[in-house]
Amino acid sequence: MTEAKAGVITKVAGPLVVAKGIPGATMYDVVNVSEHNLIGEIIEIHGDESYIQVYEDTSGLGPGEPVHSTYHPLAVELGPGLVESIYDGIQRPLKQLKLMSGDFISRGLEVPGLDREKEWDFKPVKKVGDHVTSGTTLGNVQETVLINHRIMVPPEIEGTIKFIDTGMHKVTDIICILEGKNGEVKLNMIQKWPVRIGRPYKQRLRPEIPLITGQRVIDAFFPIAKGGTACVPGPFGSGKTVIQHQLAKWADAEVVIFIGCGERGNEMTDVLLEFPELKDPKSGESLMKRTVLIANTSNMPVAAREASVYTGVTIAEYFRDMGYSVALMADSTSRWAEALREMSGRLEEMPGEEGYPAYLGTRISAFYERAGRTISQGDDPREGALSVIGAVSPPGGDLAEPVTQNTLRVVKVFWGLEYKLAHARHFPAISWLSSYSLYSNMVDEYLSEEVNPEWPVLRRESMRILQLEAELEEIVRLVGIEALSKRERLIMETAKSIREDFLQQNAFDADDTYTSMTKQFLLLKLVLSFYSEGEKVIKKDIDINDLISLPVREKIGRAKYIKEKELDKFDKLERELKDQIENLVIKAQKMEAEE
Amino acid sequence: MIKEYKTITEVAGPLLIVEKVRDVKYEELVEIELADGEKRRGKVLEITTDKALVQLFENPQGIEIKECKVRFLGKVMELPVSRDILGRVFSGSGRPIDGGPEIMPDKLLDVNGTPINPYARDYPDDFIQTGISSIDGMNTLVRGQKLPIFSGSGLPHSRIAAQIARQAKVKGQEESFAVVFAAMGITFEEADFFIRDFKRTGAIERAVLFLNLANDPAVERVATPRLGLTAAEYLAFELDMHVLVILTDMTNYCEALREVSAARKEIPGRRGYPGYLYTDLASMYERAGRIKDKEGSITQIPILTMPEDDITHPIPDLTGYITEGQTILSRELHMKGIYPPINVLPSLSRLKDKGIGEGKTREDHAQVLNQLFAAYARGKDAKELASILGEAALTETDLKFAEFADDYEKKFVAQGENEDRTIDETLNIGWELLAELPRTELKRLKEREIEKYMPIRSRKSKAEEKKLEVE
Repeated sequence: MTEAKAGVITKVAGPLVVAKGIPGATMYDVVNVSEHNLIGEIIEIHGDESYIQVYEDTSGLGPGEPVHSTYHPLAVELGPGLVESIYDGIQRPLKQLKLMSGDFISRGLEVPGLDREKEWDFKPVKKVGDHVTSGTTLGNVQETVLINHRIMVPPEIEGTIKFIDTGMHKVTDIICILEGKNGEVKLNMIQKWPVRIGRPYKQRLRPEIPLITGQRVIDAFFPIAKGGTACVPGPFGSGKTVIQHQLAKWADAEVVIFIGCGERGNEMTDVLLEFPELKDPKSGESLMKRTVLIANTSNMPVAAREASVYTGVTIAEYFRDMGYSVALMADSTSRWAEALREMSGRLEEMPGEEGYPAYLGTRISAFYERAGRTISQGDDPREGALSVIGAVSPPGGDLAEPVTQNTLRVVKVFWGLEYKLAHARHFPAISWLSSYSLYSNMVDEYLSEEVNPEWPVLRRESMRILQLEAELEEIVRLVGIEALSKRERLIMETAKSIREDFLQQNAFDADDTYTSMTKQFLLLKLVLSFYSEGEKVIKKDIDINDLISLPVREKIGRAKYIKEKELDKFDKLERELKDQIENLVIKAQKMEAEE
Repeated sequence: MIKEYKTITEVAGPLLIVEKVRDVKYEELVEIELADGEKRRGKVLEITTDKALVQLFENPQGIEIKECKVRFLGKVMELPVSRDILGRVFSGSGRPIDGGPEIMPDKLLDVNGTPINPYARDYPDDFIQTGISSIDGMNTLVRGQKLPIFSGSGLPHSRIAAQIARQAKVKGQEESFAVVFAAMGITFEEADFFIRDFKRTGAIERAVLFLNLANDPAVERVATPRLGLTAAEYLAFELDMHVLVILTDMTNYCEALREVSAARKEIPGRRGYPGYLYTDLASMYERAGRIKDKEGSITQIPILTMPEDDITHPIPDLTGYITEGQTILSRELHMKGIYPPINVLPSLSRLKDKGIGEGKTREDHAQVLNQLFAAYARGKDAKELASILGEAALTETDLKFAEFADDYEKKFVAQGENEDRTIDETLNIGWELLAELPRTELKRLKEREIEKYMPIRSRKSKAEEKKLEVE
């Protein structure tokens, strides 16, 4: 075949370029635009004209310049070298971009997603003569101390091994040759997979194991399951990003994919500088050794922002197929939706709500549906899970807007952030009244086995008290606190204690930033003991103010700072509480006797 | 050889359509020569095979279809820069208007800039002392941050911005710093206020000013902040200076953008602003920060007036999603005569956590600010309750908090326009105020710091306090 004929640009409007006469133009094929070699994707075809969204700045482009199709859809490279990387929205490593173009990103740079020079120690588990199907592990590469990277037979490939290598290899080296139905297939360590299509698996399972995050309000009240979906909508300044960072740091996933989608550059820098320093609570290794970062900040090209969530989720699925529990955080999906809206506007499509395209809901649900707990393909099936947590940034904090509403229709967990709480510096500002988790019941079962059978009771009791508080607050607002009965005062005080001493958690305090499930249980139990013990004696003639101002309550307030190694302190506090309440009763009885 | 076209077929507001063009590029700079020889500038907004849509940076008045000549200059809009831009005043489209000579360029820089590689960024964590307690103490500004002021019409945002520009310093350091001031659609008086202030303090020598006043063409405003930021990038990353950029008023900028969008008949997003307003604002706000192995930094203070003081309006809303916090002014405080009327509770500095504490400000800073926030929030709640039910409905403790809220506004937030408080002074005022509250309520303070910083007179024993409460 002679060199492919090129199409010709006929129109440039921002990130949208129209080109005529691209031979064999196909929807979602990647094209190279102009002599600058900018990367773009065909998103609409009208007769001979292809509409292309360009992932880089288009200034300086004009009609008449050539457009070449690559005849491949937008795909990511999957293989050793993903972990610890930081990519832009179309999987170009930012580190390499910096070497090529300095501190600022110029355009037309082409860099492969995986390092071509680095050598990996490939240890085969299959041998010549073995018949292997897609998804089967051919061998292992220790990618980082935390990640054993399975080299798997790519999807839709099957055959008998004719040759399999061992030892140090670059990702592009042929490590295995299969004799398939249609002849020989040469395999290296790279799999290419189109980002807009989910990777195949054998079977999907129900999510039932909680993803422990160490964040009390989440684990105790609104848990997310491994393989589940959650969203965090909230106005700016309500702490969305801090929650996302906390989850990326502490969630007990084995691999974490963090997508900074149209967000602040400095926040990505924070992650980049902080993660290598932080230690995984389980392994004691640097958190970076299990993390892949995707950074398409708000000032980077808008079309690449649209691609970034797909790039991220495809990488996540790949690790899921290896049998890992993967957590994906996307901050923020609203920016992705806005990128859709911007492209849709340029395509002059008929808009749906608030200018968003009519297919917004379809795209959002298709994205979240790529989460799940699955059994992989291959003759050594592995169970993996992909949990997806998306931040949503509703304009003006108004949850009625289309992105939030479409998200709520698919996700199972809703962590609603509230302005009011953030202003009072109640962090995490997750509202205990409006949030929900549809995994609570599944998770209850698991936690009563793993932590304590009392767990579900405690959870329901504290939720009940918080609900009561909300009702009582109305009364207080109308007629003042004096109108409440002793019992109601006790409820108000306990609710306050649940809020301040249990739910509030300081992400920046070394002891408070992560709480184990055992400590969460002890802490909640201690907080509720005040209520149960108080309720026992409240009928006796004790002064409610004495009960409220028991000296031990200050210690309860600081109990969250008790170190994980010193959990026996909770027992002591519990005894102290009982003693002090007993003293109150004795005092009251004495007074009565005196009278 | 640059071709001239006399093929304008349409003029609509700030937009021109030029036909039968060849080899024109997207974003290309355009020069329009009027019949009388006057030259105006614009850029290509959209280009099809033989038709170019041009956005004017200047007034369309005087443009007609037959005689005007259009030249496509083969380059994007560039700003000539050299060290000599310091101390100079330019128009909103970058022409010198102070009577001085044209700049002999050291470099020509694309005003749109290119995005900083997130991998090349350095995290901003150097505390900037502005001398204003409600900023330093509560919502600390750090070098390389973008921290807007959300204001309303009639509020003293200009005075606060000028005070910050005057007093800002990094603890214990004297370094070369510069101010870039970009004015979009503000009045002569406001611009004059800044210029006078810069002159009075000598800051004018280290300032670069880009002025687009209220009676200058609105479309020019779309370019003005980009010129300012291009100058700032040059000063920061090539001349190693610490640059403070003041952009005022972003609301006018957004309105100009809406005007262009409406003229193009684009599908509008919220309140008629274009759907790409977020991306557009981000392309400016993100031009702040620090870069690894570079001396300089860009700190941005954009000012915007919220229409009807409504923070959910698209302009403050989208800005808040991009910037690293916000300083919000309160009309209520302003009416009470409190300067600066900074509404501490909804204000926020996202970068403060790494910029404060031991070695940056003081070890007790984080706790003090958390406690002050919590106490002030509670005091405000108590006051609200009292305004409905009367003070009698408050508990003893809540009364104390209500008093605290008043004192806090009077002693901590309020300060003189020329009062330059050190961070130690600010924190000590905080401790003085907290000392008036019952110790059991101060859950966010740690014992060690209480012993060290709490004023002695308030360290009553628990027993004494109890006794007081009983009485």
